[in-house]
Amino acid sequence: MNIAIIDYKAGNIKSVEAALQRLGCKTALTKNHDEILSADKVVFPGVGNAGAAMQALKNEGLDTLIPTLKQPVLGICLGMQLMCAFSEEENTPGLGIFDVKVKKFVPKSGEKIPHMGWNDVFNLKTPLYNGIDEKSFVYFVHSYMVPVFEFTAAECCYVENFSASIAKDNFFGTQFHPEKSGKTGLKILENFIKL
Amino acid sequence: MLAKRIIACLDVKDGQTVKGVSFENLRYAGDPVELGKAYSEQGIDELVYLDITATNEGRKQIYSLVEKVAQNLSIPFTIGGGISDIKDAENLLVYGADKISVNSAAVRNPQLVSDIAKKFGCQFVVVAIDAKKIGNDWIVHTHGGKRPTERELFSWAREIEDRGAGEILFTSMNHDGHQTGFANEALAKLSEILTIPVIASGGAGEMSHFKDVFTEGKADAALAASIFHFGKIAIPDLKQYLVKEGINVRV
Repeated sequence: MNIAIIDYKAGNIKSVEAALQRLGCKTALTKNHDEILSADKVVFPGVGNAGAAMQALKNEGLDTLIPTLKQPVLGICLGMQLMCAFSEEENTPGLGIFDVKVKKFVPKSGEKIPHMGWNDVFNLKTPLYNGIDEKSFVYFVHSYMVPVFEFTAAECCYVENFSASIAKDNFFGTQFHPEKSGKTGLKILENFIKL
Repeated sequence: MLAKRIIACLDVKDGQTVKGVSFENLRYAGDPVELGKAYSEQGIDELVYLDITATNEGRKQIYSLVEKVAQNLSIPFTIGGGISDIKDAENLLVYGADKISVNSAAVRNPQLVSDIAKKFGCQFVVVAIDAKKIGNDWIVHTHGGKRPTERELFSWAREIEDRGAGEILFTSMNHDGHQTGFANEALAKLSEILTIPVIASGGAGEMSHFKDVFTEGKADAALAASIFHFGKIAIPDLKQYLVKEGINVRV
């Protein structure tokens, strides 16, 4: 199994790389279009600022490549948010794979932002969550979120219910970090590999 | 619902894990990567590795440690100790650290907190504060608690929040190593005046201390070292106890 991890200098990728390798995959950290197109699966990671990250994707022509991919693609954290149409973070247009707006958390009763730590997920849909119990805990770090909409694949509650995961056709996203979510996260990555 | 976090702190000196009692008398407590893996298996929510070597040789070891930890663990970890410039922070990110914690360097140069937060995001920067209650004031100390500063805990905490710190790790020097409970009063005040998560450190000795720090101390996370390293409290027992006491933790 060859997995291309999209390289656009978007934060910490060591852990996701190592987790996929532990699951028996060959990984390539790459921005090379041919290498991405020919991979069995693509992981689109990301931590940081949406505006800067979109610019980095554009510089490499990855903004036009990613929406055309046909193999399973997993966007993680900011990667998931960038697959959406628009982010309130610096009013950044995204890749538009999911027609939804990424919103900033607005605390209602003193909730701390970023939403950081282990939270439970529910209403799990799609094969990504095969064998994962409802209310399992996964690890989140984010200040912006995707509301619940028609392509929500898992929900989480912090301030309000939001999309912990999204899925449409061959595109999957997790707001949480599966590579940081212990056994539950590894199982989700394993499910992605099996897709 | 967001869970309260239990964090194990591993002090690392020359590649070995140690833990001081009130920052002195270091004792051996195992290999840092193996210890981290064991904790992860037991259900610890997060790990903090504090490098207390502070020599150039030791510094190189810490990069290789960070890389090994990132490759072997699938839970978040923070690396702290001796981080004094943005290049060092960037290196640690590249080697796989999820977060870094700065302490003395932030006091010496508060702009460092702003710079790291701006460049790598606020989630990446934890500011560790060691403070000691002297009379009525909590005085911030640096250099592993050896040097008192002019700064006072609460105003310093506010300042670093404004500068973009993602979390505060507050160690009460009055409590650290004594195993008589956390500094709940000061913690609750920190939690009230800040909008970022507060990690409580120093004083854990019994399971009930964790319940108290989450209820009375209003902490978002609680950190301990010795009681975990030497098996006084097992993580699964602690989690079960907290669930029974109505505290939301990851089990």
